[in-house]
Amino acid sequence: MGRDADTSAAVTAASRERIVGVSDLTVVHQRRGGGRGERFAAVDGVSLHLDAGEVVSVVGESGSGKTTLAMALTALGAHTSGMVELLGHDLARLSQRQIRALRPEVQVIFQDPHGSLDPRQSVKAGFKELRGLQPQRTSWIDDAGLLAQVRLSPDLLDRYPHQLSGGQAQRVCIARALLMRPRVLVADEPTSGLDVSVQAEVLRLLLELRESTGVAILFISHDLSVVRRISDRVYVMRRGRVIEQGATQAVLDAPQEPYTRQLIAAVPGRTLRTAQVAA
Amino acid sequence: MSSSLASFGARKIGAALVTLLLALTAAFALGHLSGDPVYNILGPLAQREQIDAMRADLGLDKPIAEQYVTYLGDTVRGELGDSLQYFRSNSELISSRLPQSLQLLVAAIVLAILIGVPLGTLAAVKEGTWWDRAASTVALLGQSVPVFWLGLMLILIFAVQLRLLPSGQSGGLDHLILPAITLSLLPLAHIARLTRASMAEVLAEPYIDAARARGLSTRRIVGLHALRNAALPVLTVTALQTGVLLSGAVAVEYVYSWPGLGTLALEAVQFRDYTLAQAVVIVGAVAFVVLNLLVDLLYVVVDPRLR
Amino acid sequence: MSATESTATELAAVTPAIAPSAATARRIRRSRAVLWLSLPLAFVALVVIVVPLLGVLPDPHRQHLDQTLLPPFFLDGGSMSHPLGTDKLGRDLLSRLVTGGRLTLLIGLVGTVVAIVPGTLIGLLAGYKRGWVDTVVSRFIEAQLALPFVLIALAIIANRGSSLGVLIVVLALTGWAPCARVVRAETMALRERQFVLGLRAAGASSARIVLRHVLPNLTGVIVVLATLQVGTAILVESALSFLNLGIQPPDISWGQILASGREVLTQAWWISTFAGLAITVVVLLVNLLGDALLSHYDPKKRKF
Ligand SMILES: Nc1ncnc2c1ncn2[C@@H]1O[C@H](COP(=O)(O)OP(=O)(O)OP(=O)(O)O)[C@@H](O)[C@H]1O
Ligand SMILES: [Mg+2]
Repeated sequence: MGRDADTSAAVTAASRERIVGVSDLTVVHQRRGGGRGERFAAVDGVSLHLDAGEVVSVVGESGSGKTTLAMALTALGAHTSGMVELLGHDLARLSQRQIRALRPEVQVIFQDPHGSLDPRQSVKAGFKELRGLQPQRTSWIDDAGLLAQVRLSPDLLDRYPHQLSGGQAQRVCIARALLMRPRVLVADEPTSGLDVSVQAEVLRLLLELRESTGVAILFISHDLSVVRRISDRVYVMRRGRVIEQGATQAVLDAPQEPYTRQLIAAVPGRTLRTAQVAA
Repeated sequence: MSSSLASFGARKIGAALVTLLLALTAAFALGHLSGDPVYNILGPLAQREQIDAMRADLGLDKPIAEQYVTYLGDTVRGELGDSLQYFRSNSELISSRLPQSLQLLVAAIVLAILIGVPLGTLAAVKEGTWWDRAASTVALLGQSVPVFWLGLMLILIFAVQLRLLPSGQSGGLDHLILPAITLSLLPLAHIARLTRASMAEVLAEPYIDAARARGLSTRRIVGLHALRNAALPVLTVTALQTGVLLSGAVAVEYVYSWPGLGTLALEAVQFRDYTLAQAVVIVGAVAFVVLNLLVDLLYVVVDPRLR
Repeated sequence: MSATESTATELAAVTPAIAPSAATARRIRRSRAVLWLSLPLAFVALVVIVVPLLGVLPDPHRQHLDQTLLPPFFLDGGSMSHPLGTDKLGRDLLSRLVTGGRLTLLIGLVGTVVAIVPGTLIGLLAGYKRGWVDTVVSRFIEAQLALPFVLIALAIIANRGSSLGVLIVVLALTGWAPCARVVRAETMALRERQFVLGLRAAGASSARIVLRHVLPNLTGVIVVLATLQVGTAILVESALSFLNLGIQPPDISWGQILASGREVLTQAWWISTFAGLAITVVVLLVNLLGDALLSHYDPKKRKF
């Protein structure tokens, strides 16, 4: 394990409200296409936490368990053992109904924006359905205002997903998440399907939202240049385990683990993208 | 690897057994829950005592659960009961007719493969051409023609008009020709469709382009690489076709008065001989499940990726 | 008998694709194929429904024992008063075919509904719930597929005798499994789509996700399955009627007419021939339509 997170993190973090707390989490999957006996831990004894207003990144190679971890801590996927606390509630102690009531507090954005929208639903119809699901939560803003929050024109309301570009679709996804006024936003590689310039815009948007709404962001990526720009703290995952963690600067500038060094070395043209995001 | 192969085999066998149990249960339920068989056999004019006697004779007076357990036990021991119509044991009746049915089924499957695979291959290699369209039309027609009607038409042409071939009843090889052709049409159509599909898929693989770049002729490529890789899906479909084939066989046997299991089952139904009908259903289901199990296992031996 | 069964395998990975705009022209051409295949089918349906009402054809049940086995008009001894000839009781074959088409098409439609509705619901349930529900349902599907339809029909009819009701039950019992298998596979794929996770994150219930999002996205698959099932149902009806296990006189269906022509095949080939032709043409059109719909909804999955 790396350095103690709290000493190297922003001083204020300790005093902030804890939004997500995960301890010793294990998620066992059946190996794909394998026999019944063949099980493996896709997430293996992971502990992490996320406080109000923080942006925390989880990085790691493909298949290291990032998505599995995200699904478990948003209560969208099951976990095998360990504890997940959302807004002070132990998930294991909640009924299905209570979990469903808690879900809007945690919203998710995925890599493939088109896959995240029902192909048969227009943008407007999608918003309408969400408003129907959570009338109180979603009454704070109208559709046009919501699109304005993600820098989209209200003209797009009548479009269907296949009529949106990747960047537009991803912003619609962010708007849908935002509509719920969540306390946590889990973004699972939200930019890897996008053009470099669009990537930068989406990232900037996320950061702005953090400023304006105070939402905590769990950012999953294997693009370390993006991670460096956006996050306060970082966890490095390998084969289901967290092998290094700490303040972003510290971990990325002075990695302790050879694996982390490899990850950093594997990013081509990172200075360019960092520059774009900062611009 | 070998242990995972064994565990795979064990799982497949377990699943097949469960399937079989369900199929047997369904056969039992269909026979027993859809009305009182004795009443159906003896008709509305039967005397009370007659009915009671027959019920007792068949064990139908016992609770349904007990009947079910007895039925399962008997079936596992291979005892299929006695025919109500022939007063002989069902297994005897079935084994006396089985060879004819097998002869017909095997002939039909062989024909279907011998014609269907080349037809599908041709369509895939000449994709989009006139050949392709012709093959596809044959295949679609094969799936749309009622089997028994085709049988009647073949009789009309080859037996009645041209007097080339006998119209039925088993005998020499010439008696087998028309029924086998008739029965082969539907599986032939399916096999041709599937061969074309999987062959087209294989031909689109990069290693086929590589082989082409090495100067191999299309014929060699198809023979060496594609056919082997396309064979597996075709094998599965062929096994799945047995069910369809069994259904078709009943009609074909009827058309050609072929003394196989199908006509036996039809006779059973005509005489409300439900024990015999049930016995034929059981044999058919067992044959289907066992065959598919064998293909599953074979599949894994041939294609280790699936372990 | 089972266009549905084979298509099941072919359909197994169909997901409602978002049409890339480049393929629009091809898409339109395919929609046109769908239209051109629907027209003759609609025409057949119109004829069998309307023509008997017009009174231009002789009564299909009326016997003329002095006019038995008359040949069609284009053969020696035939006339336009019985364009397609008569059967062994002197009844007009054309009129019988038109009237019989009603029952045949009706069975095709009802037989489809009773198979596709439960098949879809069961497939949705198994595919969405997964776990033990799925295990149980899958076993049932396999067991169902292990019993060829004729065997199921035999087992029931040996007991109940034959009737229209029994025929529909047979169609339901044999048709749901291939449909459930495809829908289950499709649902499993859809449920992993991210928009489903997103909806769950918004607090949507499983029922809402399945009925409002999964089901609508399966429309294409279900339409194709249902179309092919119409052909299957017609073939099953005709096969059972041919074996004297289906429609019984005096009811008329194409399969029943075909069966009644068998005993006089050598003297009056036209009876079975025309009935069989009617079945073949309609089933072929239905299967072509199913294929056209399949490529309409997912061009990649076109097989032939
Ligand atoms: N439903 C599942 N069933 C079986 N195995 C799974 C399942 N989901 C994920 N896995 C496996 O668990 C491991 C971790 O997967 P996960 O998707 O969490 O990785 P990841 O870090 O998100 O990768 P990527 O960067 O490619 O998205 C992988 O080996 C994956 O194959
Ligand atoms: Mg992932």
